[in-house]
Amino acid sequence: MKLTLRIWRQSGATGRLVEYPVDDLSEDMSFLEALDVLNERLILAGEEPVAFDHDCREGICGMCGVMINGVAHGPQKATTACQLHLRHFKDGDVLTVEPWRADPFPVVRDLVVDRGAFDRIVAAGGYISVPTGSAPEAHATPVPKPDADTAFEAAACIGCGACVAACPNGSAMLFTAAKATHLGVLPQGQPERYSRARDMVAEHDALGFGGCTNTGECTTVCPKGIPLTTIARLNADLLRAHTTRSDR
Amino acid sequence: MPLYTEGPPIADQRVPDGPIESRWDRRRFSARLVNPANRRNRTVIVVGTGLAGGAAAATLGELGYRVKSFCYQDSPRRAHSIAAQGGINAAKNYRNDGDSVHRLFYDTVKGGDFRSRESNVHRLAQISVEIIDQCVAQGVPFAREYGGLLDTRSFGGAQVSRTFYARGQTGQQLLLGAYQALERQVDAGRVEMHPRTEMLDLVVADGRARGVVVRDLVTGEVSTHIADAVVLATGGYGNVFHLSTNAKGCNATAIWRAHRRGALFANPCFTQIHPTCIPISGDHQSKLTLMSESLRNDGRVWVPKNPVDTRSPNQIPDAERDYFLERMYPSFGNLVPRDIASRAAKNISDEKRGVYLDFADAISRLGAHVVEERYGNLFEMYQRITGEDPYQVPMRIYPAVHYTMGGLWVDYDLRSNIPGLYVIGEANFSDHGANRLGASALMQGLADGYFVLPGVIGDYLADGPFEPLSEDHPAVADTVSEVRGRVKTLLAVDGDRTVESFHRELGRLMWDECGMERSEAGLRKALERIPELREEFWRRVKVPGTGERLNQELEKAGRVADFFELAELMCVDALHRGESCGGHFRTESQTPDGEARRDDDRFSYVAAWEFTGAEPVLHKEELTFDHVRPSTRSYA
Repeated sequence: MKLTLRIWRQSGATGRLVEYPVDDLSEDMSFLEALDVLNERLILAGEEPVAFDHDCREGICGMCGVMINGVAHGPQKATTACQLHLRHFKDGDVLTVEPWRADPFPVVRDLVVDRGAFDRIVAAGGYISVPTGSAPEAHATPVPKPDADTAFEAAACIGCGACVAACPNGSAMLFTAAKATHLGVLPQGQPERYSRARDMVAEHDALGFGGCTNTGECTTVCPKGIPLTTIARLNADLLRAHTTRSDR
Repeated sequence: MPLYTEGPPIADQRVPDGPIESRWDRRRFSARLVNPANRRNRTVIVVGTGLAGGAAAATLGELGYRVKSFCYQDSPRRAHSIAAQGGINAAKNYRNDGDSVHRLFYDTVKGGDFRSRESNVHRLAQISVEIIDQCVAQGVPFAREYGGLLDTRSFGGAQVSRTFYARGQTGQQLLLGAYQALERQVDAGRVEMHPRTEMLDLVVADGRARGVVVRDLVTGEVSTHIADAVVLATGGYGNVFHLSTNAKGCNATAIWRAHRRGALFANPCFTQIHPTCIPISGDHQSKLTLMSESLRNDGRVWVPKNPVDTRSPNQIPDAERDYFLERMYPSFGNLVPRDIASRAAKNISDEKRGVYLDFADAISRLGAHVVEERYGNLFEMYQRITGEDPYQVPMRIYPAVHYTMGGLWVDYDLRSNIPGLYVIGEANFSDHGANRLGASALMQGLADGYFVLPGVIGDYLADGPFEPLSEDHPAVADTVSEVRGRVKTLLAVDGDRTVESFHRELGRLMWDECGMERSEAGLRKALERIPELREEFWRRVKVPGTGERLNQELEKAGRVADFFELAELMCVDALHRGESCGGHFRTESQTPDGEARRDDDRFSYVAAWEFTGAEPVLHKEELTFDHVRPSTRSYA
């Protein structure tokens, strides 16, 4: 099959869309494999290949992610760009491919952005303080299955940044809320539950991410289907954090 | 000219003798300590942020050491441990089904086909129970029963249920636990994190590993980091085969460069082919995707009895199906170890047809919702890639390269033969022998990172801090200039073939001649072809752009260049080991019914290879078995 890819090329402060017709594609290819085909051709023609982030190519590392026709990770629900196969497109389609766009995610080159801000949100409190060796017996604290399942669903976040790219406010609230929910519903996470919410949100805001206005674009594009209820939980914890002692 | 020469034997100098149950305690007691106030003056470099590296960097930070952590990905959370699906073994015996530390030890030594060290494996089994405690306390959301306790399932090579899991995303959840602990130390200022930074060489000065030369992948800057010890946690080398279940960026450069600087490389030919992967769909294929071994708990593997049967699998009646694993290995059935299942699949089918993994029985027995609860994400992944619904049609699967048991040689302290160089996780060779059991990679990575390395590294660091090294120390200056020269050479060739085309050709050659079955003729052919291909690579490769900024082709070119050298050593190792054991199957050494024939009289040793620039030198480490008597593995 054949596609026309309009790809964002950027090597300095600004960039532009460049159009590439790509033939010889097969519908069994993933979207990233189509970029591979294009890059092989560009290299042999003496041009620079398109830079894009990718690694596991099985939808779990969170490294890949581009806007395809304005939708983060493209048209298929609950699917990362690496798992999106060309059988979901029609022969002759024109696809516009752009990087995530948000102030805290500066473009490094072409489709590659810097998502280091996510690490800083986690470093601000997205953990349970339990140094190696200090853990009690695993069965000492049973966890009700529904709580374990809620924690798991939130913990499935792969940190790809699609939520930020999709949000009209450039908010990372779904990412932050997923971590707060994962740890906040487990008994092991209770001691730091409120300080965690407060510190992660403070860091989120300081990094320049926008506020949440419950638009819901984030959960729609999330490849792991992290629900909007995580943000409700985070808000509840945040309220509690601000009405209790600041050292909690 | 001989393919290799043999040097003096080596031995593990740090393993205590005496009762195996207390060796780890005695080693920890005999190891020297660094007092908490002095730990601030010791710097440790940890390269790689997967389960082993992430856990080690976090734990060393907690202990008070100054840590510098490096990864090539944009965040430490993306290391390929994240993709491990099925689970992690631990001898908790929560099921009361007869498990114990000794049984996990026994299963692992037997599963490795008696080519691993008893002392290491026993320690691994002991530590396994602490890992589960640690991860649960970190908030790892393992699967639980309705009573709130942890659920387990079975994996290959075991008749007990000792595998803890978080749906099909166990690696992700364990890695996030380690990553969060690591970020906590970053925030505390004890770990300095360097993402998008690739190690390109090891600095060895005055006989000690003292640092690394790295390239900043965004700016292209080549720089040196000096420390008192260097820990490599850089994973395996399955991408030598081009197509594997590894991430695209996984590479052998860190361990191969360390090997070139003197670290011995052990058992490079021990590679694991995983039986259940999604088959190749065309020439464009960029990687292979695993379908977790856990699926064999409920899925039944079969092929049509008539190999040219063209009907769709649902049209083939039960009587015309061959459930070959259940037929050949009745006591373990579909849960035989990976090497056995892979070879059985290869012998009965081929790459094009594959074999079926069928859930129809499980769905009618348990209901689709239970199957979805256990494997939902794997079924979705299968459907996304193949366009077929495994709830309706059996999965079609075939073996693929997955894991490498070989790696840099280490002693009981996980120290290589270069003082100050430690190697942990898949990057070392130590615990899995010739075949790794399912759900044991996560166990080993975390055991090494959380417990083993932090427990003994003080013994070495007690001699430090070592003399500061300046940029103009010859060991530093020479290494940096070699790295810069190599980058420059790769860019200067400006040929007419892409890196990818070379990698593909090397991978096909290795898969054909050094894959699931190896023969003397095939290996000799590979050993002729690899140097030709390597020579062609340095003459014809085309790497566009410059070295002064993000250049993904340049990164790939450096990695593939190292794969060429490693591939040759793998073939030499495979050729010299004229026996079949675990994942290493030599066609010349098999029983009349096609099972592996081990040769303990000639090959009961670790093959540790020394780099010379010409023929490698083989050093043998004799293996002794005092607790598990080597026998012919039987899963029938």
